[in-house]
Amino acid sequence: MAPQGSDLAASGQPPVLEADGTSASGVLLVSGSWTIETLKDADSQVDQTLKETPSVKQLDLSGLTSLDTSGAWVIIRLLRGLGLELSSATPINPDHVSLFEAVAETNLTAPTTQKNLNFFIALFQKTGEDVVEIYKDIKILAYLAGEIVSCLLKGLIHPRSLRITSIVHHMEHTGLKAVPIVAMMSFLVGAIVAQQGAFQLRKFGAEPFVIDLVGILVLREVGILLTAILVAGRSGSAFTAEIGSMKMREEIDAMRVMGLNIIEVLIAPRVIALIIALPLLGLVANLAGLVGGGVLLWAYSDISLSTYITWLRDAVAINTFLVGVIKAPFMALIIALISCSEGLQVGGSAESLGRRTTAAVVKSIFLMVLVDGLFAIFFAAIGF
Amino acid sequence: MTATPQTPQNTASSETGARAILSVKGLTVGFSSRLVLENLDLDVQRGEILGIVGASGTGKSVLLRSVLGLVQRQSGQFIMFGHNTEKLSRQERLAIERRLGVLFQHGALFSSLSVLQNIQVPMREYYTLPQRLMDELAISKLELVGLSPDAAHKFPSELSGGMIKRAALARALALDPQLLFLDEPTSGLDPISAEEFDDLISTLRDTLGLTVFMVTHDLDSLSQACDRIAVLAERRVLAIGNMNDLQKNPHPWIKSYFTGKRAIRQWDKN
Repeated sequence: MAPQGSDLAASGQPPVLEADGTSASGVLLVSGSWTIETLKDADSQVDQTLKETPSVKQLDLSGLTSLDTSGAWVIIRLLRGLGLELSSATPINPDHVSLFEAVAETNLTAPTTQKNLNFFIALFQKTGEDVVEIYKDIKILAYLAGEIVSCLLKGLIHPRSLRITSIVHHMEHTGLKAVPIVAMMSFLVGAIVAQQGAFQLRKFGAEPFVIDLVGILVLREVGILLTAILVAGRSGSAFTAEIGSMKMREEIDAMRVMGLNIIEVLIAPRVIALIIALPLLGLVANLAGLVGGGVLLWAYSDISLSTYITWLRDAVAINTFLVGVIKAPFMALIIALISCSEGLQVGGSAESLGRRTTAAVVKSIFLMVLVDGLFAIFFAAIGF
Repeated sequence: MTATPQTPQNTASSETGARAILSVKGLTVGFSSRLVLENLDLDVQRGEILGIVGASGTGKSVLLRSVLGLVQRQSGQFIMFGHNTEKLSRQERLAIERRLGVLFQHGALFSSLSVLQNIQVPMREYYTLPQRLMDELAISKLELVGLSPDAAHKFPSELSGGMIKRAALARALALDPQLLFLDEPTSGLDPISAEEFDDLISTLRDTLGLTVFMVTHDLDSLSQACDRIAVLAERRVLAIGNMNDLQKNPHPWIKSYFTGKRAIRQWDKN
């Protein structure tokens, strides 16, 4: 029987393991309660006894009050350590017989433990695995990009395969619903840039040039880049989590066996929706950033709104705006492709979903900044 | 066939004795104006395997989950191990929970831990034991439920359905519970695995002195493993008894459940 007793705090008598009278008799007395409650004590006594390696012929279990599987295992371990059979433990309470017999069948083979690798070997192994991982990433990204292009071409012939409903749905979630936060953030960033610029340029008496600063910085770089980073955190992680949990619950497998094309149904609508939505969000961000700069300068630097607008008209041209907006679809492509590919690589565990979502956001932000740098060099080289 | 047909009213009697390890008294549970269970009484006797059956949506799982405290109840009491669960301090409540083992329908193994670590979670939480001892205990539990020690370092996503149920059972047994709750333990298993599982439950009951509360639809489990069967319908326990008693019950649902084609085949076998 398992330990009983209605007293909730009961832990019974402590387990005792002692030699019977003189140690020469070769009988060990086992008494008290051998359950998981008192197991630590019992286990250390067994260790102690085994260390002394006494010549024991018999275990006397007559003083054993309660027993569970954990306690039975510790007694079996004692017997094995002493090189005794179960039959040398007497008398076994009839209630405990089957428990002892069942536990005696376990742990017969030593469990296989994974060897800890040498630090350097582990380092090389991890590096190698990471390189292979990067190769796999590139392969799956190239595959997805190719599939999406073929999907778009197919869409020219059969417009129905483009899943307009799905695209509009994703545009609403990634685009329309992000408008307030994008506008708010850009407004603040525009204001902060203007404030810092005004503060520094005031020393040179060149305060009006802060308008050039705000206009060019917001339109060329900050507006789009910050929007893209926000969207990567907001929608990229959502894409990975959605597709990843569908993968975990075998929904993706179900689609596959129904003959649905995963790329066409899940990936392409997200990519297309984001490619349309991100430039539009960028436009909102640009406007909000410029308004933020204007409002701050009006409040902080005595530059009136009409002066601001007039000066801004001279400071920026259409190409300033285009340089920013041209980058948006590329950023959208990076976010959507990376987060979808990470989602498809989610494994069976909740931990892997978390890891992939983190990886999706980190990788897409890193690549976006990299691509932004490449664009800056390119535009500088062609003098745009 | 000499027993007189039992009326549904007196079958669900609450013969509260000292033997009842769990008594449910007047349990009412409902979700947004719809009552799922109403004034339900049920006793689980020490050392028995009690099967709960009922049509889909009759609140079998709700009953299980409300006993475990996972679903809010509107009224009713639970007497567990002779203690009213409402009147317990936090400490006492924990002591009671330590004596319960639960096997969820889909195993509910922690996906980011290996099987061995899953089994060690309750041990780690409640006791400080040396790692070596915990490994040995976990392997011992694994072998008790019929898994090979090779499965110990696998992750739940690498296991088959039957192995997941066994590993989850090993985790439920980690602290040697006295009362074991099983939610459809044999659903999704092939007949051979399901039969092994039934045998396993009976063996564990005999070796470990468990009391088992089992929600199931498996007629084999009901006839082979269960000592008593409670039928849940019309928001309460409609009838309780062994297979023979229930087969003679005149209630139409019970009649069709226990004397349907599948059930009859069961009788022919025995």
